[in-house]
Formats: sequence, structure tokens, C-alpha cells
Amino acid sequence: MSTRTKNILTWIVTFVIMLIICLPGLWIILSAFRTNGEILTKPAIWIPQNLTLDNFRAIFGYGENVVGIPVASYFRNSLVISVTSTFVAVLIGMTGGYAFARYTFPGKAATFLWLMLSRTVPGIALSLPLFIIWSRMGIIDTQFGVILVYTAINVPFTIWLTEGFFRQVPRDLNEAAQIDGCTPWQAFWKIEFPLAKSGIASAGIFAFLTSWNEYALASQLTRSTDSKTLPVGLMDFTAQFTIDWAGMCAMAVIIIVPALILTFLVQKHLIAGLTFGGVKG
Amino acid sequence: MTRLRRTIRDNAVPLALISPAILIILMVVLLPLIFSFYTSFTNYRLIRPDSLWQWIGTRNYERVLGDWDFWVAFGRTVLFLTVVLNLELLFGLGLALLVNRITWGQRTMRTIMMFPMMFSPILVGFQFKYLFNDTIGLVNNGLQALGLTREAIPFLVDRWLAFFSIAFAEIWMSTSIFAILILAGLFAMPKDPIEAAKVDGCSNWQVFRHITLPFLMPFIYIAMTIRSLDVARAYDIVDVMTGGGPAGRTELLWTLIARTAYDDARMGRANAMAYVSILLSIFFTWFFFRKLMAARKHLGAF
Repeated sequence: MSTRTKNILTWIVTFVIMLIICLPGLWIILSAFRTNGEILTKPAIWIPQNLTLDNFRAIFGYGENVVGIPVASYFRNSLVISVTSTFVAVLIGMTGGYAFARYTFPGKAATFLWLMLSRTVPGIALSLPLFIIWSRMGIIDTQFGVILVYTAINVPFTIWLTEGFFRQVPRDLNEAAQIDGCTPWQAFWKIEFPLAKSGIASAGIFAFLTSWNEYALASQLTRSTDSKTLPVGLMDFTAQFTIDWAGMCAMAVIIIVPALILTFLVQKHLIAGLTFGGVKG
Repeated sequence: MTRLRRTIRDNAVPLALISPAILIILMVVLLPLIFSFYTSFTNYRLIRPDSLWQWIGTRNYERVLGDWDFWVAFGRTVLFLTVVLNLELLFGLGLALLVNRITWGQRTMRTIMMFPMMFSPILVGFQFKYLFNDTIGLVNNGLQALGLTREAIPFLVDRWLAFFSIAFAEIWMSTSIFAILILAGLFAMPKDPIEAAKVDGCSNWQVFRHITLPFLMPFIYIAMTIRSLDVARAYDIVDVMTGGGPAGRTELLWTLIARTAYDDARMGRANAMAYVSILLSIFFTWFFFRKLMAARKHLGAF
């Protein structure tokens, strides 16, 4: 094969792959702006006749065809739960990761492994005892109950990522800063933290995305507008007599947009975080 | 006692730093799991709270292990994971090598590649439920418009087609994790050994097989380890796409647990099943983690 045909072939394969990756999501976004009538028509209408914002208005309770699903409350719950649990998990995970990177103590390897293994427990398996215990403690169907769970499932991965990054920061820097008169706290905060910032940022993004997207646990631990999150709320649509496809698509867009923006903002850190944390032993 | 006290005093700083992490994992993961281990030996049903104290020994485990439906779901789960993880690795590797070759627009391509990673599994499930729908789905409409099929194909109803559709959704979601990590490996790879090998007359395949691939192995194992941490996320996809149905045809271990626990309200038996699923997950993660450690050591020897 000549270089030319090879190049053309590469481009065709690339194009097809990109199409497979992009098309499903774009189709959902397009459908979110179409009417149910148009979506349901047979034979299919390929070129949208009129695009509208009615679906978004409807799921937030405005306009004529109001959907009986309180998407606004779900959005608020999702936001409060994800932000709080991310913040706490990063705080706890960062201190833990620092301890694993900088100190030796008895049982260190075992503790680390044990923390990581806790992350492998399938959500649905963990939901069974949590459902019973949270019910008896009276924190089922509360934001607090879900925040507690999400913080715990995010801590191990945060430790793993931040530990890798703190290990990249030379130990001498901290000692030098202390000799120059910094307190240990200042040495950490002014020297080591800024250097490990990208790792901590990527840990935060991962934690946020995990919480924002989680379904298995939330579907059992939440029941009403008090704590239901967006992914659980999406399933409300399937319980109705006829599926409101356009409404579901609009809600899907609401779920994906914050995650999309966040990931694009920090994608460079994301890749660095994943690989440095893991490979450089 | 004095020894313990001394150990604690000598390591006060690191212990204080990791104690919040240990405390919350203890409270939200470990203690509940011990409790659910106990529950798996009782006849606990949600509708009768007093049955929590009804000790029935290993009867739940005997029932579960003697249950044909359980073994079918178990076998399907293992088959599903094998198919999905292997294909994800293969496609991820192919995609990474492809993007690595491209010089123009590579950044854009990398960004697009990350796209599926941001999707919540529940969204991925919904997306393909919508695309594979037999009356309004894009796939069926497209096939019909092109005249490839007259009747709509029942992607989510037929046993094997539904398995295929769910596997497709799972692969769509997670291939990019492999692709991104393997691509990072390709970027980090030193160029000298490859050029030296080419000068010595190695073919492209030999270079790939003996130089590129060994270097990429740790990256592949990281991706595998990360993936095996949340293989159970397939529950979300199945739950929204088929709900394990129709008639249990797409039931995976995780959907079976949910159905037994919450729909049939048999908590005790579901907990026994849950333990089987936990062991499965731990086995997967442990397996790849060990491979990762071995590969790291191997790489360090260079």
C-alpha cells in the first residue's frame, strides 16, 4: 500500500469511530429540542421540522404540557450532594494520601490494600445493609445519608490519586522550607500543596463525577424529592404509562452538561492524574 | 498495652492523618458489610422486621447455590465481563494506536475520546434504550429507511440481541478509559529502542510485539484495575435498558440481587448472593492489581 492510500484509510476509520462515539449523544441532544409528535412519527422524520425549548420548560414546570416530575428539586439535590461529598472526600482523602506518601507506619501496606478493596464492593451489594441501617437510624431518604455514602466511596480513589502525586513532590522541599522557618503546616500548604494541585484537582473531578452519576446506591437510599438525585429521577419517566421520550432527552441533557463542562476544564490534569498516580511506582 | 501505646505515640502524625479516612470507610462500608454477613444467615424479610433475629444457619447459601436461576445469572455475568473487558481492551488499543498515528487534529480527537467517560451509566443505558428501540429507535429507523430490514429488529427483547445491545452500551462507555491510558503510555514511550530495532531490521509487527506492547502493559493493567473497580456499574445500564427482562433473559448477578432484596423483599437470601458478587469483584480487582505490580517491577528493571 502506498502512503497515500494508507493515510486515506486511516482517516476513514477515524471518522467512523468518531461517529460511533459522538452520534448517540448528539442524537439525544437533538431529540431534546424536538417534539414527542415528531419523534414518534412513522416513517421517521430525519430533518427536524421545528426545534423548541418546550421540553426543558416542561420538565422544570413551566409551559402548557407540564411534566409531573420535579426535576428542579432533583437537580438541587444532585448539586448539594455531589459538591458536599466531593469536598469532604477530597479533604479526607488528601490528608490520607499525604500520610501514605510521606510516612512509614506499621501495617501501612495492609491498610492501603484494605482501603482500596473497600472500593470494589458493588453498589447494589452495599445498598442492602445500608438500606436497613439507614432506615433504622432515620437517615434514609435524606441528603445527609447519601452524602455520607458518597464521601466513603470516593475516599479510596482520592487517596490513591493524591498519594501518587505527593510522592512526586521531593521530600527535601518540605525539609528545606522548615529549616527556613516554616511551620510543618506552612511547609505543606505553601510548598507541597501547590505542587500536587493538579493531582488533587483531578481527584476532585473524579469524585464529583462519581457522585453526580451514581445510580445503584441512590436508587435504593432515596425515595422522595427530599433526596432523589437526577439519575434516579430519570427513571421516573419509565414508570409513567407512556414514555415521554422528548422529556427524558431534555433531562439527560441537564445531567450531562455540568459533567461535560467540568471535564473539559480539567482534561489535561485528568489524564496526568490517572497515569502518574498509577505507573510511577 | 505499653507497646501498643508506644506504637501509637511514635506514629501519632500519620495515624491522625489517616484516621478520618479509616473511620468513614469503617462506618459506611465495613460495619454494614459485617452486618449484611450476619443477615445472610438469617431469614430476614423486609416486611417482617423481627425475622432479623431468626438464625437459619447456611440455609440461604444452600438455597442460592442450588438455585438454577442464580447460576444462569452468574454464568451470564462472567460471560458478559469476559466479552466486554476483552473487546474494550482490543478497541482501546486500536483506537490509541490510531490516534497516535494521526498528526493533524490529534488534540480534538483526544477530547472527543473522553466524551463517553463523562456519561453516567444510567444515561448510557437510556441513550441506547432510545437508539435500539424497536418503533422509534435511530438504528431500526435507519435500517428500515435503507431497506435493509422490513420488520423492526427487537434489539431489547430477543435473548442474544439484548445481550449484544447491553454489551455494546458497556463497551461504548468504557473503551475510552483504555484508549486514554494506553495513549498516555504511547506518549511516554522512549523512541530510541524502536528506531534501533528498525535499524536492525525488525518488522513493524515485531517492533509492536516485543517493544511497544511490553512497555504498554502497565498502562493496560491500570486501565483493567480501574475498570474492574466498577464492573458492577453494568447494573445501572441493564436496569434502565431491560430491567433484567424480558422474563429474566438479561438478568445479571446484580439485577438478580436487587430483585431478590427489594421486589421479593428476601433480604437474607439477597445478602448471601451479594457476598458472591463481592467476592467476584474482589477477585477481578486483585487479579489485575497483581498483574499491575508485576508489570511495574518488570518495567523498573529496564
